[in-house]
Parts: sequence; structure tokens; C-alpha cells
Amino acid sequence: MPIEVLMPALSPTMEEGTLAKWLVKEGDTVSSGDVIAEIETDKATMEVEAVEEGKVGKLLVEEGTEGVKVNSPIALLLEEGEDKGDLENYEPEGASPPPSSSDDADTSPASGGGKDSAEPVSSPVHGGGGRAAAGGGNDPEIPEGTDMVPTTVRDALRDAMAEEMRRDETVFVMGEEVAEYQGAYKVTRNLLQEFGSKRVVDTPITEHGFAGLGVGAAFGGLKPIVEFMTFNFAMQAIDHIINSAAKTLYMSGGQMGCPMVFRGPNGAASRVGAQHSQDYSAWYAQVPGLKVIAPWDAADAKGLLKAAIRDPNPVVFLEHELMYGETFDVPDMEDWVLPIGKAKIRRTGSDVTITAHSRMVGFALKAAEELAEQGIEAEVIDLRTLRPLDTDTIIESVKKTNRIVCAEEGWGQHGVGAEIAARVVAEAFDYLDAPPARVFQKDVPLPYAANLEALSLPGKDDIVKAAKEVCYEG
Amino acid sequence: MMATKKASAGKTGRTATTATKPAVGPKAKVTKDQLLTYFRDMLLIRRFEEKAGQLYGMGLIAGFCHLYIGQEAVVVGVQAALEEGDQVITGYRDHGHMLACGMDPNGVMAELTGRAGGYSKGKGGSMHMFSREKQFFGGHGIVGAQVSIGTGLGFSNLYKNNGKICATYFGDGAANQGQVYESFNMAKLWNLPVLYIIENNQYAMGTSVKRASSETHLHKRGASFGIPGREVDGMDVIAVREAAAEARKHAAEGNGPFILEMKTYRYRGHSMSDPAKYRTREEVDDIRSHHDPIEGVKKWIAEGKHASEEDLKKIDKEIKEIVNASADFSKESPEPDPSELYTDVLVES
Ligand SMILES: Cc1ncc(C[n+]2csc(CCOP(=O)(O)OP(=O)(O)O)c2C)c(N)n1
Ligand SMILES: [Mg+2]
Repeated sequence: MPIEVLMPALSPTMEEGTLAKWLVKEGDTVSSGDVIAEIETDKATMEVEAVEEGKVGKLLVEEGTEGVKVNSPIALLLEEGEDKGDLENYEPEGASPPPSSSDDADTSPASGGGKDSAEPVSSPVHGGGGRAAAGGGNDPEIPEGTDMVPTTVRDALRDAMAEEMRRDETVFVMGEEVAEYQGAYKVTRNLLQEFGSKRVVDTPITEHGFAGLGVGAAFGGLKPIVEFMTFNFAMQAIDHIINSAAKTLYMSGGQMGCPMVFRGPNGAASRVGAQHSQDYSAWYAQVPGLKVIAPWDAADAKGLLKAAIRDPNPVVFLEHELMYGETFDVPDMEDWVLPIGKAKIRRTGSDVTITAHSRMVGFALKAAEELAEQGIEAEVIDLRTLRPLDTDTIIESVKKTNRIVCAEEGWGQHGVGAEIAARVVAEAFDYLDAPPARVFQKDVPLPYAANLEALSLPGKDDIVKAAKEVCYEG
Repeated sequence: MMATKKASAGKTGRTATTATKPAVGPKAKVTKDQLLTYFRDMLLIRRFEEKAGQLYGMGLIAGFCHLYIGQEAVVVGVQAALEEGDQVITGYRDHGHMLACGMDPNGVMAELTGRAGGYSKGKGGSMHMFSREKQFFGGHGIVGAQVSIGTGLGFSNLYKNNGKICATYFGDGAANQGQVYESFNMAKLWNLPVLYIIENNQYAMGTSVKRASSETHLHKRGASFGIPGREVDGMDVIAVREAAAEARKHAAEGNGPFILEMKTYRYRGHSMSDPAKYRTREEVDDIRSHHDPIEGVKKWIAEGKHASEEDLKKIDKEIKEIVNASADFSKESPEPDPSELYTDVLVES
């Protein structure tokens, strides 16, 4: 039997690609490691290497074919001792789809994210209605007729940095692979080209060192944006974030401000295991002297990152890898800057309040839709900023709905939801018709196995269940 | 834990024994059996990695998957110089190290697919695998973390005075982490039996050594602590073995740590999704066609007439069978039981 060469997946989320070019022809002998073809995804061109030895018997897919499904045969290799005649016995088996980690995209993290290099998630533009929802949290007025430009979260973050770098010469970006590689997740794409290597600085793998260096540069009058490849690696640097950046203003009696941003993806990516999948929201949100932002959509990502760069304080800006490729409308305005410390009501409702931040906002909105079908109207509050926390907006909402579900991706103990629940109990106890409920990750390090990972992470279904419980309809 | 054990899969020949019959080619003395063993061990790693890449392409392995192809001589050469009971620790590019330590390919592959038959029951994945039995201490996803931990394993050896050393592997990129130097200082201060092996494959993701390191001769990095270091051709398994044997002796005899900088090369991208645009295809091809560690050993075998082309093909075939069996095992092994979600968080007492 000839050996099938299959269309490879170049990321966990790739389903199809273009077979751009064959680098071998029928009759050529290949050994493992030889490059036989180039395939293109929307992000990159990658080389396909032979994994077996043999003679190219037949090319099954023509050069230039688009939409070639992952795992479908693209060529046949003849093993030693086989010849063309053996090709006649070949019967395609039909591509077997890779086992997916979970069928329920809502409870699984598998809906996005490349790995070391970013792989955008192709997805429809999220509802333009998003911005029209009530309670814009003091957001600037969007003038009638403003263009709404569909933008990925990734590009919105980049645009924010580029605009601020044009505006203020002292702003610079620093981190691993931010310049020549164009960002491990391509968030800093094209910044090197526009601003040069003085302002877009590739660092060695020395998080503790360059975070501290960033603090020093801020003391010295610059405005650093320090990118962590992910916040998991910022644990190497957390001493400088907290001891040096957050506390020095206070310790210096107000002399030593530290205007800088620590940013990067936070939380679980897809199947990367415990050391690469932690949500640090609660960790940083506990620290006086920091501001902590965790946006969900592209407009907030842009407007809040611009605000963070301008802020005279150290800001921890928590992004989400699985959101980078998601597309949302961003208003095409001269200077789109949003206020730090203001939540946003994403959906109004009268029966239960749901708070969430970052990627959980999407799950909360989906949960609200499902609840609406069952006659429960949920009000969804996107926290956007975790420190300072917009308690007023939450309390106002709870006074109306009398119930609250606090959702977050990270662990529950001493978490963001625990803090919100405590505040609600303290400030709106008399309005509550049920104890506050919380939704969070299972109390274990994030496992690698697909089924266990899906069981660990909270999603839409958990929010629906919690909401029904506080409405006594569970 | 593992369903099957393949005797031929593991490493045997630990200590570099005195050669009885010098072979043609390598500078040091080496026997026919040794050459064949190294050939086999390196080929197992290469075929295993090729298969892992294939399973990744099929969606059976997810997340990060960092292949060791090209660097095989480093781990096989060092392992040949270690003694029973010596510990091994490395980063996330760890599949080769595990196979060299004699860990079962089935258990390693099943961990890559996240199945119950994997070394960590599917809970760790590619970057986080361990075997106390084989003295393999991981498998670490945080760049540089293994250096301090490996130093601590060395500390435990000295404390117990057991004559063992810890082989602590890390990359050229990891060599810039601060904790490496904190560890170097303690290791020399207390003369800990640690062998630091820098696998200088010339890139840390997309960053070449010269773009990240002020001193690119990484074996000199111990100088200010008084730790001796040496540069080694990491594509030459015998050169690696000889250097490692000497360094091991140094560390085991109470002289403290030793740094070996292995000049090597990774053929594949940093991980499966890296388009590797930071280097040319020609650069990769040049190394592959002129410095491949497996081809090198093959040449010595041929020159010494230790085995025929046919014999080597037979070995390749056997190895492919082992690797295919590991792939089958990794597909057939079930996903971990949902109850495993809550186990192993703390030791139950
Ligand atoms: C503390 C930390 N920072 C960053 C990363 C992301 N990262 C993973 S591997 C890697 C490159 C390491 O290169 P090197 O040490 O040369 O090892 P190689 O990959 O070449 O084997 C980086 C930056 C990480 N895992 N941990
Ligand atoms: Mg390297």
C-alpha cells in the first residue's frame, strides 16, 4: 500500500489551508525531513516536510488548491519495492477528522489560539449592537455617522500602541520577540517597521531583568510598555511589578511615579498545560498602587490600552490569547480613549446580574441569550477594569435585579468574584433575594488532556446554571 | 502504568567503557557496539519526533510541541557518560531526554496525546513529563526554571553524599535568565555535583544568540563564579560523550559544577506553529547535509565496516515499529477518567 501524505494542521485550530506549491514532482525520491510542499494559512506560509521515505507516486492535490481539509491525503509515497502499479490498489480512506477536545465550544477553550506564534481565529464580526447597549460607563460619545471598522482584538491593541507612540516620543515597547519576529502572537506587528529598533526592543529571555529595567526607565522619564509573552512568565517578574512599580510612589511620598504598562495574554490558551494557563486577574487586582485592566472586545482593548499608556501609574493590562483573533467593531475616531475604572453594561436585564471580564464576557452574553429563552432576563456587566473596581455600577444593577452571578476564568478562592460578592453583601444586603453565586475554574492546576481541560474551565453552561440557581429555577 | 515495555527502546550502555577495538573515524576510542547503540538511540529519538510531528499535524497532539530533531547527539552522548542514579532535568524540548533516559516511548507518546497511559496520566502534556523511576525530573515549561531545580538535585546528592550528579540541560535562550546565575553562584560556592549542559542550538524562538547575548561563548558564563566550561561539537556524539565523561568526573569528585556548551542545531521550527522565517532554508539544509549527527555515526559505522547498509536498515525498521506501536498506543489509550481531574493536587495524608 502506498503511504498517504496528509494535509497537516499547523495549529490546533487550523481546519483547512491552501496548497500553495509543490516542491517535488512525481517520481522524485524523498527522505524524511525533505520539504515537499508549501502550504498557506491566513497567517503564514509553512513548509511541509516528508515524514517517511519513498518515491513520490502521485500528487493528489493540485498546486494552488484552496480549502484543502486538514488530514485529507495530498500525495502518495511509494515505499521501497513498490511501483506505479501499487497506486492502482490505492483507495482513499476518507479523511478522519481529528478528535476534537469538546463538542461544546462554550465549555471548551479549543476555539482559538495558535501557540508560540499566533494563529487568528476566523470568526464572524461580533454584533455591532454591542456598543449600543446601555450604560457605556462614561465612554465618549460616538458621533452620528462614525465609521465602525471591523477589527481584531490583536490589531486594536497594536493600533493603540502605534497611536500612542506617534503621539508621545517617550513611549516605547519592550519584550521577547516583539520586534523582528513581529510579536509571538503578532500583537506588535509592524511596530518595528514604523518606529525602529530604538523604540521597539527585543529583549533576551530575562523577565525579571527587563521588568525592572522598565521600572527604571519609567523613573527616568520614559513610558515603557513591557510585553510579557504571556503573564505566566510575568511570575518571573512579579517582584518588580509589585515591589518596584506598585509601591514606590507611596514609599517616596509621592515623588516617584511609575508611568508604565505591563501587558500580554493572561489566562488559559488551548491545551498548553498548567504552567502556561493561569489567570492572574485576582493576583494583580489585590495590589494597591496598580491599576488592572482586562478588556473583552476590540474597542475596549484599544480605548483602554491608550488610556493605560497615558496613565501616570503602573497599569497591568491583561489580554487573552483566545480573543486576539476575534473581530469586533471599533469606532473610527481621531482619539478613542476610554475611562479606566468604569464597567460597561453589555446587556440590560431585570432578573439577575452577571459580572464578567475578559473572555468570560462572551460566555456571559451567550448565557444571557439562553436564559432569555427560558424567561430570565440577565443584565451582563463587563467589568473591564478590575482595579479600581466599578462597585457603583454593580451595586446599582443588583438593586434592580436582586441577584448576582460573578463569573471569572480563574480559580475561585480569593478571586475576583469573591471580592464582588463580598462588596454586594456589604453594600446591598437588603436588596438580595439569593446569596451571590460564583462561577470559576475548578480548583486544580489546568490539565493538558482534552477532556479534563474542558471539565476545568468555566463556560456558558456554568453561568446559565448559576443564574437559574439564584433565580430558584435550577 | 504503561501497557507494554519495549526492551529495545530504552538506553542501555551507561558508562563509557574502554574501547576494545577502536573504530575508524571519531577521535576517541569507541567500540562497534557503542557506535551501534548510539546510532540506534539517536534514530529512535528522530523517528519518534517525526511521528510526534505527524500526530500533531493530525490534531492528535495539541498545544505546544517542541521537537528535538537535529540535537540527538547531545542527549545520547551525555547519557552515555552518566552513571546509574544520576539525575536528568531539562526544559520543554524534552522528548529526546526522556527516551535517552530509558523511558517508555508508549508512555511518552500517550502523554503527548493527553491519554491515561501517558507518564503524567495525560495531565502534563508535552512539556511536563517526569519519571522518578528513571531519575528524570522534567519537563519544565518555564524557561530557566530547571536550572535552579537541577542545582537543588545536585544539592541533595551532596547532602546524601551518594556520588551522583545532576545533568541539568537548558537552552541558549534560557542561559540569559537571572536564576541561572544565582544557581551558578550557589553551585560553586558549595561545590555541588551539577553538570550544566547548555544546548546552544543558536536560536531562542526567533532570536539568534548574537541578538540576545552580550557574551556569545556561553561556556564562559561561569567564569566569574569560578566554574570551568567547555565548548563541544554537539553534532558529534562521541565528542559529546568524552566531554561529558570528563565533566561528570570533575563534578562527582567534589570539584563542583562544570559547564558544557553543546553547539547544536534544531532542524524544525521552535514549536509546530513557528514558520521559522528568521533563518534561511539554506542554513538548515547546510547543517542537515554536512553535520547531521546520525549520518555522522552512520559514516563511522561504514568506515569501520561494523555493519552493512542492510543491517542499519533493519535497525531503522525495528525502530519504526517501536515508534508506530507508540503511536498506536497513544491513540488507543483512553482519555483520563474525569475523576482524575481532582487527584494529585496534594498528597493525601
Ligand atoms: C519564563 C519564560 N519566558 C518565556 C517563555 C516562552 N518561551 C518558550 S521557549 C522560549 C525560547 C527558549 O529558547 P532556548 O532556551 O534557546 O531553548 P530552545 O527552544 O532553543 O530549545 C521562549 C521564549 C517561557 N516558556 N518561559
Ligand atoms: Mg535555543
